[in-house]
Amino acid sequence: MITTEKVRQRAESDAKTYGYYLHPDPDFLQDLLEGLKKNEERYGYPSCPCRLATGKLELDRDIICPCDYRDPDVAEYGTCYCALYMRKDLYEGKTPITPIPERRPLEKRVRAYAATTSTTSTTPERTEAKAAPAQTAQTIKKKLWYCKQCGYVVFREDPPYICPICKAKRELFATIEINATSQG
Amino acid sequence: MKKNKVEGKNNTHKVLVYAISTCAWCKMTKKYLKDNDIEYEYVDVDQTSDEDHEKIREDMIRRGEEPSYPTIIVDDKTLITGFRKDKLKEALGI
Repeated sequence: MITTEKVRQRAESDAKTYGYYLHPDPDFLQDLLEGLKKNEERYGYPSCPCRLATGKLELDRDIICPCDYRDPDVAEYGTCYCALYMRKDLYEGKTPITPIPERRPLEKRVRAYAATTSTTSTTPERTEAKAAPAQTAQTIKKKLWYCKQCGYVVFREDPPYICPICKAKRELFATIEINATSQG
Repeated sequence: MKKNKVEGKNNTHKVLVYAISTCAWCKMTKKYLKDNDIEYEYVDVDQTSDEDHEKIREDMIRRGEEPSYPTIIVDDKTLITGFRKDKLKEALGI
């Protein structure tokens, strides 16, 4: 069984690897770690404590902590969405810790609300988001992406925001097209 | 859907909080309201049904915002996204 201490060790180790710090307020940090533990218990993976998960791995993959948005968020705002991970200047109190905007794209956020096939009308500009109910774990298209800078290869829906190996930006990722030909 | 009510002496405003039970910012918001003796209702969205998720999203969209947590709705009209103390103070007259 997962323990809060285990979750803490994992977060501390990850923070150290990436040069981040965990939230300095012990109570706030404890709440987040317990939230991660609860999500791991109920969903089977530690999805973000501050976002609504579907409980379906394929739909929640991008918000499994550390989420896809952590690195660009820490780079831009100084903390991740939950404020679990942060830069040194915020940890040391030199920069205030405030809530940050949600970077997760709307089409992914609506997945948590797509379980029912509601027909309630919404304003026209929202129609693109209403297309989501048809989206299920089965319809998510994963591709092979490679980093043109270092060659790192990953099989997922979107390329990472930042290459975990060489820190190249998302723009440096390209898809790998595989042309299978029969021989003999 | 079930709304949880937290009693408070300051009940001049109708306050509804959409929250996630595991979210530290949501807990901070609830604590801030309680510390200021504000009466409020909250819904922990992750503990509601799939149907309720959709209803909650529609409620927020109707008020002009896509869901994110916490969302605080004051007097059925002022919508505050995230734990923003200055906005809460202004809306609640704290």
